[in-house]
Amino acid sequence: MEMTGAQILMTMLKQEGVDTIFGFPGGAVIDIYDELARTDIRHILVRHEQGAVHAADGYARASGKVGVCLVTSGPGATNTVTGIASAHADSIPIVILTGQVPTHLIGNDAFQEVDIVGITRPCTKHNYLVKSIADLARTVKEAFFLARSGRPGPVLIDIPKDVASGRSVYEPPGDVYLRSYNPTYQPHRKQLSEVARLIEEARQPVIFAGGGVLRSGGSEALTRLARRTMIPVTTSLMGLGAFPGGDPLFLGMIGMHGTYAANMSTGACDLLLAVGVRFDDRVTGKTDLFASQAKIVHIDIDPTSIRKNVQVGIPVVGDCRISLQLLDEMVTDARLAGLADRRAPWLARIADWKRSQPLAYQSGGAIKPQYVIEQVHALTRGEAIIATEVGQNQMWAAQFYRFDHPDHFITSGGLGTMGFGLPAAIGAQIACPDKTVVDIAGDGSIQMNIQELATAVQYGLPVKIVILNNGYLGMVRQWQELFFGKRYSATRMDHAPDFVKLAEAYGAVGLRATQPADVVPVLQEALAVRRPVMIDFVVEAEEGVYPMVPSGAPLTEMLLV
Amino acid sequence: MNTEKHVMTMLVDNEPGVVSRVAGLFSGKGFNIESICGSPTNDPRVSRITIATQANPPVVEQIEKQLRKLVNVIKLRSLNGPGCVRRELALACVTVKPEQRAEVLRIVDLAQGKIVDAGLSHLIVEVSGEQEEVQTVLNLLKPYGIKKLARTGPIGLIREPK
Ligand SMILES: Cc1ncc(C[n+]2csc(CCOP(=O)(O)OP(=O)(O)O)c2C)c(N)n1
Ligand SMILES: [Mg+2]
Repeated sequence: MEMTGAQILMTMLKQEGVDTIFGFPGGAVIDIYDELARTDIRHILVRHEQGAVHAADGYARASGKVGVCLVTSGPGATNTVTGIASAHADSIPIVILTGQVPTHLIGNDAFQEVDIVGITRPCTKHNYLVKSIADLARTVKEAFFLARSGRPGPVLIDIPKDVASGRSVYEPPGDVYLRSYNPTYQPHRKQLSEVARLIEEARQPVIFAGGGVLRSGGSEALTRLARRTMIPVTTSLMGLGAFPGGDPLFLGMIGMHGTYAANMSTGACDLLLAVGVRFDDRVTGKTDLFASQAKIVHIDIDPTSIRKNVQVGIPVVGDCRISLQLLDEMVTDARLAGLADRRAPWLARIADWKRSQPLAYQSGGAIKPQYVIEQVHALTRGEAIIATEVGQNQMWAAQFYRFDHPDHFITSGGLGTMGFGLPAAIGAQIACPDKTVVDIAGDGSIQMNIQELATAVQYGLPVKIVILNNGYLGMVRQWQELFFGKRYSATRMDHAPDFVKLAEAYGAVGLRATQPADVVPVLQEALAVRRPVMIDFVVEAEEGVYPMVPSGAPLTEMLLV
Repeated sequence: MNTEKHVMTMLVDNEPGVVSRVAGLFSGKGFNIESICGSPTNDPRVSRITIATQANPPVVEQIEKQLRKLVNVIKLRSLNGPGCVRRELALACVTVKPEQRAEVLRIVDLAQGKIVDAGLSHLIVEVSGEQEEVQTVLNLLKPYGIKKLARTGPIGLIREPK
């Protein structure tokens, strides 16, 4: 059947199960937009293309599906770069469709022409320029396949205007086969049985789980294995929710702002079972001293993650969920006999660490940001999807909102992109309309994509924005306080908008709390309305995030409250 | 850790932008490229790129893994040790005074090189062989004055089983 490129694109998107696109139109994609309006695919008009990518990202994380965005050429395309790099750093499956100038103008410095394929080469999993309408269907199919398979990631398709408007006979593409791309899902059995033996023998084991466990849908398998083998679990920022935060075996987050118990256990363990992590420098501290007593097992689907930052004893390339399930089968009940006695001394030591240095803060005076997070947790019964901005607000959310479920914490971990939270929350709310979605924000970060409040209002998305307003670029201020003699260079925000009026100007609800006693009633009011609400919590200005491992120090040397 | 010279060869999709993906990976991740050589194979859909790098063993391992991860890299092999043949070709334009001509011709002859262009005051010399051999000849020619030099960097193939 003869179709236009735009029709072929829509046919392929439907085939891939796309029901929502986040986008912003322009000349180069006008044919695609014309066709899009004739389908039942829902289009969410964002207010900035960066917002479209973060929203697709948040949608992907909350739904487990591939997020899709559509933007025009030139500035539309360049505006997506931060969003793409953020998704790439966190291995999130999204497909970015960019318009391009017509093929005969490519290379001519035409109006709104940029080489977006060249620009995004290092921050996509793969990208394509579709030069002929004959390649379009297959390219779209490949792009979705690449985005969601193996280690997921963003894939960009650049579509020239004449490819979208041209006509061609549509032939449904066959199954994707790329001889150069073949992710290893099945782990090496012998290698894994060696791991099973280590698990049985270890006296002081720790499981360190990351985003790979969530991406592979491996939380259940992880939880089962950890509970059966009585191995305490810590997670990276990206892994929060992979193991129930309320489980007694949970140590809390590891790393620079990890818990005392997690960091001490990692320093003392004799076996570290690292699953779906990549040993980011914010996790390891000084790498030579990271888990220095331990044999390290590293399970990951991406071979480049293994032995990149940390030397490991046993590398296992494979899908995290499959590997954890196989491990669980390999460790038999018979071999776990007497386990409780064997584990008792280790678990007692960990209980001591937890008791002596729990996550804590001093109350009194102004509203404490940690208290706000605790109350958000209480009032949402731990069931909300929490998106975050970046900085102290993000770390407090990670520390004080106990994540009991997978895919409920949506944060820019790898890139640390300020301005991520609000659009990501919008994407998550669209994926999960019945969930409470909260963006934990800083007064600095929220201003980076504040325009998306209009998107939330337009589509009636009841996201709750909790601004922890400390009047500072707080995380940078904290570093200046600790390591630069309190010289607050460019971190004091001497002027901020009136966030309540700003919310109202956008048509959202604006609330403010200035006293500790206001926190609960204001949150209750916010949660009671089915509308977007932005709450300005005026919090303690110079509160710090603790524990803190100074950059480059070993993980076990923490600054405590 | 000591860096070593390491040569790797890969089959890649013969598509626009693939060399840029490969080269961009090296620059973006701070790996070094000593030489890079690419051309199509007898299968028009496939090209071969050969890269020489200077790196320590863990970095070489990381480079190879990263290259294999590129969607357009079909197959990657290391070209080191006796299991493979490696060759480099160099063209050197040497300034030669008439009275030096005989000496230079003898050097070229000894190295089984060729004269591919000649003038009153210059010769363009072609030499090929293992990189070390090519370097030796170039060292011998250097005192006469090498005006221009073009080298392919190593290319190679793995030997077939005997
Ligand atoms: C786009 C971007 N620019 C700069 C930074 C560096 N940075 C990290 S945290 C931070 C401060 C964020 O301030 P705010 O949003 O008020 O959060 P707070 O730390 O005060 O909670 C800055 C500037 C960043 N992560 N992202
Ligand atoms: Mg702030």
